[in-house]
Amino acid sequence: MLQIKNLHAGIEGKEILRGINLEINPGEVHAIMGPNGSGKSTLSSVIAGNETYKVTEGDVILDGKSILDLSPDQRAHKGIFLSFQYPVEIPGVTTTNFIKTAINAKRKALGLDDFPAKEMLKMIREKADLLEMDRKFLSRSLNEGFSGGEKKRNEIFQMAMLEPKLSILDETDSGLDIDALKIVANGVNKLKSKDNATIVITHYQRLLDYIVPDFVHVLYNGKIIKSGGKELAFELEEKGYDWLK
Amino acid sequence: MSKYTEDDLKKELEDKEYEYGFYTDIESDTLPKGLNEGIIRAISKKKKEPEWMTEWRLESFRIWQKMEEPDWANVTYEKPDFQAISYYSAPKPKKELESLDEVDPELLKTFEKLGISIDEQKKLTGVAMDIVVDSVSVKTTFQETLKKHGIIFCPISEAIQNHPDLVKKYIGSIVPKTDNFYAALNSAVFTDGSFCYIPKGVKCPMELSTYFRINEGGTGQFERTLLIADEGAYVSYLEGCTAPQRDENQLHAAVVEIIVHDNAEIKYSTVQNWYPGNKEGKGGVYNFVTKRAIAHKNAKISWTQVETGSAVTWKYPSCVLKGDNSVGEFYSIAVTNNFQQADTGTKMIHIGKNSRSTIISKGVSAGKSQNSYRGLVRVNSSADNARNFSQCDSLLMGDQCGAHTFPYIEAKNNSAQIEHEATTSKIGEDQLFYCNQRGIDTEKAIALIVNGFSKEVLNKLPMEFAVEAQKLLEISLEGSVG
Ligand SMILES: Nc1ncnc2c1ncn2[C@@H]1O[C@H](COP(=O)(O)OP(=O)(O)O)[C@@H](O)[C@H]1O
Ligand SMILES: [Mg+2]
Repeated sequence: MLQIKNLHAGIEGKEILRGINLEINPGEVHAIMGPNGSGKSTLSSVIAGNETYKVTEGDVILDGKSILDLSPDQRAHKGIFLSFQYPVEIPGVTTTNFIKTAINAKRKALGLDDFPAKEMLKMIREKADLLEMDRKFLSRSLNEGFSGGEKKRNEIFQMAMLEPKLSILDETDSGLDIDALKIVANGVNKLKSKDNATIVITHYQRLLDYIVPDFVHVLYNGKIIKSGGKELAFELEEKGYDWLK
Repeated sequence: MSKYTEDDLKKELEDKEYEYGFYTDIESDTLPKGLNEGIIRAISKKKKEPEWMTEWRLESFRIWQKMEEPDWANVTYEKPDFQAISYYSAPKPKKELESLDEVDPELLKTFEKLGISIDEQKKLTGVAMDIVVDSVSVKTTFQETLKKHGIIFCPISEAIQNHPDLVKKYIGSIVPKTDNFYAALNSAVFTDGSFCYIPKGVKCPMELSTYFRINEGGTGQFERTLLIADEGAYVSYLEGCTAPQRDENQLHAAVVEIIVHDNAEIKYSTVQNWYPGNKEGKGGVYNFVTKRAIAHKNAKISWTQVETGSAVTWKYPSCVLKGDNSVGEFYSIAVTNNFQQADTGTKMIHIGKNSRSTIISKGVSAGKSQNSYRGLVRVNSSADNARNFSQCDSLLMGDQCGAHTFPYIEAKNNSAQIEHEATTSKIGEDQLFYCNQRGIDTEKAIALIVNGFSKEVLNKLPMEFAVEAQKLLEISLEGSVG
């Protein structure tokens, strides 16, 4: 589904990603771990098309085609979803209105009519229930005044609504207490299918108890320095990153 | 790749064309350019006005001649040449119009282009519309229903003929001839506008609506609007306008006077979209408006405005809260782009005890535009326990535009409670990327963010008007993505 080939990217004069290779197939869950500043968020931003970062070498291929020339919204229409490490606030725009706009924008790009309001409402209820969200949140301004955990849960709610092909969860666990973590992880697991794939970025092994990865990769200084199965996460938890350097 | 920076945004906004810049070819009958007593007499005569009205105009003209054009507002522009303006332009009436079928099809086409199908609006929303093209009302609808309630809603020229006592009693009572340069000019040369009177205890069963439109090249437009809600009456009044693309500057100097008697309420909503000039700042309408309302005992006046057009705007809808327990509200969104300049705000004059006022002002600036809020809250010594809350928020796009806030507070009574809040923010790249990541393109994202920013004001508009206003906000910031 997704192939990342020798990806180099950075900002003005500073290389952050230094030759990343990764292959993700439908139905798989990949965990990317690594210390602060190793480039995890940069990698997810580059996949999603954030042009703050320039790609200097390599390619990102989705379903056999390079997506580097696509804008972030076009990539979203192709099914890429990023749960932000730091979700932004949009004052005055309710989550409901925002997600409705997003879904209809995607449908329009795919040549479909607007999602009928009634079905939209039904889906919103279903997904909010799945994530045990208080529906009051949905009529508040997007992320405005939300706690860290509420923002993360709202990200996963949007993911549930948009039904992406490839989801990238960037430190979704930070800010969540253990109960919320279980609920969110449970939601993510329910959304898993044989056709979609997930990249879970995290610092801690904890989340991986609930979202069990098929592969674990260690990102360090812009490179994947080790890959393995889920047992690698335990090893990292125990020994830290230093032994890998 | 389509990286979208504020610089791109700025550049693309400059390329935005005025969507509604078309010109309707309706035959009109125009007086020669220039201003003197002879012209004023001619206007009065064309309007078949009674002698007292002619005299009132002439007196205004004499006052105006002694006045200086004001220059305290935060705007710069070339002063209009008042002798180069034609002060009267009326579509030639072919005959008295009974139904829409008889309205000039060209005109109907124009309204269709604006997405304001009168027909549809009539049917769907029950809006009675008094359409003003240039200076003369072409068509008045819903007269029958209104008549049943004793409501008078007609062009002011008709009111001068048919209801002279009411007009004589109220015209100039809130905005006197001597009030300011443009009010004096308007008093001398106004050619049309609307008149509305709601009798005691009557709640007007429908929104009253007027669409204004400047049409003839080089014609200034001077409307005069007079709204009166008698004791215990209620009306919601809507006014909206767009103008065709013009090369020379057009002057627009309206006067709106509103009288809200004891226990009555008036909601006055405007969507203003006059031609703002091209991306070099050439052309565009000068909009110098005087709007004022007086609220008597327990009366309430709300001004809601959405300002997206005009090259230069100078406009301060004001409330004189004369009665005890009277309430004044001002909700405003002003969008400026390219070289537009807006200096707008309100005045809340508290005279009555327990009078309350609320000011919510939202300014959106893009391009090289300048957007100023200027507001005065005055509490007179008589106004025990007066309260005011003001909130002024500015949203900036790019770094070549300006947002300014000039709040003036004069409190002469110690019991006054006055609160003022102000914020300035920018549309962030991170916000745009977040929207993009969800599949929302940048143009839509900007519209979404601006709508969210303006929501408190949009929510105050009547439903059917809010939709149109939202469309205008989008259009005025449209073209932001190639
Ligand atoms: N927009 C940016 N401007 C400057 N430096 C950046 C920017 N984004 C990331 N970096 C730098 O790139 C490195 C990787 O950052 P990031 O991808 O956020 O790491 P992680 O998510 O693994 O903690 C860090 O050194 C960070 O300071
Ligand atoms: Mg990070």
